Amino acid sequence: MRTGIVVFPGTWSDRDCAHAVGEVLGQAARYVDHREERLDDLDLVILPGGFSYGDYLRCGAIARFAPVMDAVTEFANRGGLVLGICNGFQILQEARLLPGALLRNASCEFRCEWVNLRVEQSQSAFTLNCRPGQVLRIPISHGEGNFFADAETLEAIERNGQVVFRYCAPDGRLTAESNPNGSLGNIAGIANDRGNVVGMMPHPERACEALLGGSDGLAVFRSAIHALARVAV
Amino acid sequence: MTYRAEVFVTLKPVVNDPAGLTIKGGLHALGFDSVTDVRAGKYLVVTLDADDEDQARARVEEMTRQLLANAVIEDYRIQLQVAAEPVTAGQRPA
Repeated sequence: MRTGIVVFPGTWSDRDCAHAVGEVLGQAARYVDHREERLDDLDLVILPGGFSYGDYLRCGAIARFAPVMDAVTEFANRGGLVLGICNGFQILQEARLLPGALLRNASCEFRCEWVNLRVEQSQSAFTLNCRPGQVLRIPISHGEGNFFADAETLEAIERNGQVVFRYCAPDGRLTAESNPNGSLGNIAGIANDRGNVVGMMPHPERACEALLGGSDGLAVFRSAIHALARVAV
Repeated sequence: MTYRAEVFVTLKPVVNDPAGLTIKGGLHALGFDSVTDVRAGKYLVVTLDADDEDQARARVEEMTRQLLANAVIEDYRIQLQVAAEPVTAGQRPA
């Protein structure tokens, strides 16, 4: 799996992603500068977490106009796999590659903690190796991850099965206490209607080794490898 | 002509505003019990050159739609005026 990890000014999780994909999973990975305009050599593009352009104006608002984003949009429209993590999720929404928006956490606090995620569907390229109802333990680290969409959009997302992950209790129940940021429907991650673009607030790249507290995040990247192998067959 | 546009960006009424709620709580704590609601937003001042007011307004509308506000969650209001002559050294008002 040839992976590109996009680096904007202010991106901070690029090296974690490169470590998870390159070192832990042994896949080819390279950094993609925000000024690059060609992604033809890649199978997967990751928009990592961070504070691109200082999160000025709105999270992801400026990054959306970086030269590389035209290429990312074209790549996504061609069916290329795109994973937006945290700030990357915010950027994908600003670029209208995913619906909705991420507001300030309801608590007004930055939350950095392990959460439980219930896998809602296994059709997306990043949940292919999971089973619906499976609970993954993955950390979050954000101040603005409060998923919002207007009623009509939310209804469409739910009806189309685009919700990929929800914050849940360890046993998979959806509770208010397990929702760390006030997201509507406990939504932690969504896919586009085609399933090749996924955005998620939790950081799977930080849950890829037991030594670091858990390896449930590997399922996300292994699903992408599986999805690509399936296309190639 | 140089114009000065003030752009007020606010969360849509249906969008929960935790910052506004927190500020309201702070005002209540200070004894301003009469406060029933606070909405926090952004205030931007854009100075631009344009041929006339219509062109200036159209440009500010366009830049607000494209970047300054996110239509998924925000509303905006624009106030436009001809920019005052810049005050230069030696012309400072007394």
